[in-house]
Parts: sequence; structure tokens; C-alpha cells
Amino acid sequence: MSKRWRAYLLDRLVGMLGLAAAFIGLLFLVALIVSIFKLGIVRLSWDFLTSFPSRFPEKAGIYPAIVGSLWIFVGTALFAIPLGVSAAIYLEEYAKKSWLANVLEINIANLAGVPSIIYGILGLEIFVRTLQMGQSLVAGSLTLALLVLPVVIVVAREALRAVPPSIREAAYALGATKWQTIWKQVLPAAFGNILTGIILALARAIGEAAPLIVVGALTYVPFIPRSPMDEFTVLPIQIFNWVSRPQHGFVINAAAAIIVLLVLVLGLNGIAIFLRYRSQRKVRW
Amino acid sequence: MFRRFIERTVESGLRLSAVLTIVTTIGIVAVLITETIQFFREVSIWEFLTDTQWTPLFAQKHFGILPLLSGTFLTTAIAIIVALPIGLLTAIFLNEYASPRFRSIVKPILELLSAIPTVVYGYFALVFVTPVLQQIIPGLAGFNALSPGIVMGIMIIPFISSLSEDALHAVPQSLREAAYGMGATRVQTLFRVLIPAASSGILASVVLALARAIGETMIVAIAAGQQPRLTLNPLVPIETVTTYIVQVSLGDVPHGSLEYRTIFAAGMVLFLFTVMLSTISFFVNRRFRQQYE
Repeated sequence: MSKRWRAYLLDRLVGMLGLAAAFIGLLFLVALIVSIFKLGIVRLSWDFLTSFPSRFPEKAGIYPAIVGSLWIFVGTALFAIPLGVSAAIYLEEYAKKSWLANVLEINIANLAGVPSIIYGILGLEIFVRTLQMGQSLVAGSLTLALLVLPVVIVVAREALRAVPPSIREAAYALGATKWQTIWKQVLPAAFGNILTGIILALARAIGEAAPLIVVGALTYVPFIPRSPMDEFTVLPIQIFNWVSRPQHGFVINAAAAIIVLLVLVLGLNGIAIFLRYRSQRKVRW
Repeated sequence: MFRRFIERTVESGLRLSAVLTIVTTIGIVAVLITETIQFFREVSIWEFLTDTQWTPLFAQKHFGILPLLSGTFLTTAIAIIVALPIGLLTAIFLNEYASPRFRSIVKPILELLSAIPTVVYGYFALVFVTPVLQQIIPGLAGFNALSPGIVMGIMIIPFISSLSEDALHAVPQSLREAAYGMGATRVQTLFRVLIPAASSGILASVVLALARAIGETMIVAIAAGQQPRLTLNPLVPIETVTTYIVQVSLGDVPHGSLEYRTIFAAGMVLFLFTVMLSTISFFVNRRFRQQYE
């Protein structure tokens, strides 16, 4: 066998292995979605979406969990978006190359790597106990807002950075102040990309269970939370609760609840991918 | 006058939001340290680090963190063994072999792997992967480190593949051309030029994936069991540091008790590990960014 032949075969081999590797992830994703749909689809009905949890798997539903998840979604967005975008504007437009900017940058990189369960411990001590919010929706939302804050800041900064300096210079040339330039020109130009990042961050928040378990979200909620100070549960925790039970009926319930959760999370991701795709095509500076 | 007032107010407001991130870090450190100090008033650090049993919720209490650490180590190691070769090969394939069209379709789909909630992975590990593995490995317990480890490995593939791909992509074209000019084949160029040149970026991606695996909670809480055990056997039930925190949070341990404080001590250990990894990744990343500029 000639040297050239061997080089050719090796090249093919690495290519095939690479293709196989790329497909392992894809196949796994397909297997996960198909198997869970197959198991859970039978339980999915209007009753399942609008019933309270129960000792009997056939009668149990996810109504309080869905309502709780929606509350948490909105609450997290309310806290995380203004704070994250403001911090990003400060870092990108105001504080370039100062020592504070340097510290902030290292700190945010560090925070992004802190496990979500640690945020739960923080929320438990600060929001639930010290600020006496109890095991409420506000405490849960604030905890998740802190969790997604680093992600929001990072994506918002990238979006701001993508706005070319010429836009800012043009605004300054017309006599606009710094804040006017940012508010009227830079932010609208970066809006699409910021929104994409925020949606991805919030999609992560509604899938989180661990920090909310530590904060003290309940596993059995026979009522609908009506105010931000109410106790609550969310879909991921309801799923976790059902998985940990021995009866097979609850395993099917968990699969059905996962279908709902996946539709929400993948739906949000789909919207984000679509927005990114559209803004990539449209924007030409 | 008024304009300048607005400008100043806005700037301080924005700075305040940014500084809040530092307050968060201080909050985390303060909470963990105060409760951990309380914990170590009652339990000696020596016992914490060397005792081979972790039974704070039993009558016969032992406070050795080693069994929890071995659980975390085991699942993390399995995850990296799965994710590193697959992620790296995927990055190589997408960057050097695949057509731009294939790449633009496959990359976003792969990234969905890290978007799926971790409870879903935990469920999949327990209900589908473990039974399949039990057919292949007869001695496998219903709860084990192997199945959640593998599933977690698949989950962190995008961390490694995305960042490694960026690193490979950032290697200047001239290096590639120089290698081809010397008569190197594509594989030779890849393994002797590109991967070494991108090694710091690849390393940073692995460190990030490691941090993610160490802190992962729901997959292991659902599928690995809740039995702290000092072992490296992937076939038996174990408990990780994160699972223990969940276990205590679900039960009704009274606030302020020694049992309650154990979650802060465990959290502290977890926090120290991940901060160490993030810091490594930050500096490695910074070096890699500057390399070719």
C-alpha cells in the first residue's frame, strides 16, 4: 500500500469519525424527543393541562405548575431585562478599559460559571430569609433573574458591539448627547440581537428546577398562585416530583408534562433562531 | 444644565446595575462563608476532609465530604470522557470537512442539546438509558453513575464543539497554507498544526464543560441515586454534592440546625471548584485571544 493511499484512507477515516460524532448528538436528540413523545402523548389532554395534582395519576394535571412557570417567566424577565441591559450599556458604552470594567468583566465571567444550585442557596438566605419574602414567586423570580443576569449581559454587550461606531458618530455630529445617542440610535439598532439573547436566557430560566427547589418551591400545590407573594411550583419541579414516584402512571404523567415543557422551551428557542436569522439577513450597514 | 443632570443620573443608574453583579458575588461568598464558619464550629475541618462517611441526616452522624466528592468526580469524569472526543471530532468535522450549508444546519440543532432542561435529561437517563444499559451490563443498579454521566456528557457536547470550533476557526489561514505548502496532508495539518495552535481555546472549552458538569444537579439527582458512597464504581448508586443539597432542600430540616448548615458547607466546596475552573478558563481564553493579533 502506497503512502498516498494511506494518507487518503486516514483522511476519509477522520472525516467519517467526525460525521459520526456530529450525528451522535443529533440521534440522541431525536431519540430523546421521540421516546418521550411516544410515552407521554396518551396522557396529554385538555384535562391534564387544567387539573390539579392528585394521588391518582389519571386524574392529576399540571395547571398550577403551568401557571407558576408563567409567573416565574414574567417575573424573571421583569427583573433580569432592565438590569442586564443597563449593565451591558454601562460596560460597552461608558466604562471602557477602566479598572472597574476589568473587575466587572472577570466577575461576570465567573458568575456565568457558578452552578445554578448555588444561586438557589443565595436566594434562600437573602430573599427568603433575610428579606422575608418567604417561599414566594418574587423570591423565585429574583433568584432566577440573578442566575440569568450574566447571560443577558454578555449577549446584550455583543449586540451593542455589533452596532458600528459610525452610527454613534453621526448622532454626536448632529448634537445629540451620549444618552440620547444610546437611547435613540444604538439601542434600537441593537434591539433585535438583544431580544434574541434575552429569549434564550429566559428559555433557560423556565427549564430550571434546582435553584427553585433550594429556594423552597413546593412539590405539591393544590391551588393557583394569585399574587407574587404566593407559594408556587413550576413545571420542571412537577416533573421531578413525578419521576421520583414508583408508580408507572406518574412516569407517564412526567413524560406528558415534559412534552409541554419542551414545546415551551424549544418554541422559545425556535423564535430566537428565527429572529437571529432574520436580523442577519436584514442588517447591512 | 438639565441635560447634564439627566446624563449624569443615567450614567450612575447604569453603573449601579453593573455593580449589582459584584454585589451578587459578594452575596454568594458572604452567605456561604458565614454559614460554613458556623458549620465548622461544630464539625472539625479534619473530619470534614478525611472522614469516609457522609450521614448528617442519620442518628449516627458522619460529616466526611469525600463520598459526595467521589460521586461528583465520577459523574463528571464519565461526562467528559463522552463529551471530549465527540465534541472535538464534531468541531473538526464542521470546521474542516463539512460544507458551509451542512454546518449552518447542524450547528444550531446541536446547540439545542444544551437548551433542553436538565430535568428532561434526568428523566431520559432514568427511564430510557438505564434500562438499555442494564441489558448490556447485567450488574447495573437502577440508580448508578454511568447512565447520568453519559447523558450529561451528551448535554455538554455543544460547550466543547462550539468553543473548539471557534478556536480552530481562529487559526490564521496562513498557517494552514504553510502546512499544505510543505506537502502535509489534511490530517497531518489538522493534528500537527491546527489542533496545537488552537489548544488553549480547546482547553478553555473543556474547562467550561467541566464546570458545567460539576454543578449539574437534576440529571444526577434523578438518575444517580441518593446514597453517598466512597467509590469509583460507576455501576452502583452514589450521591453528588449537588444532589445532597437538593435532598436536604426537599426534606424538612429545621433552619439553623447543623443539618441545615451542611448544605452551605457542601455549597462552598462546589463554589470553590467552579470558581477555580472559571478563573482558569478566563485566563486561558485571554491568552488565546491575543495569540495571533
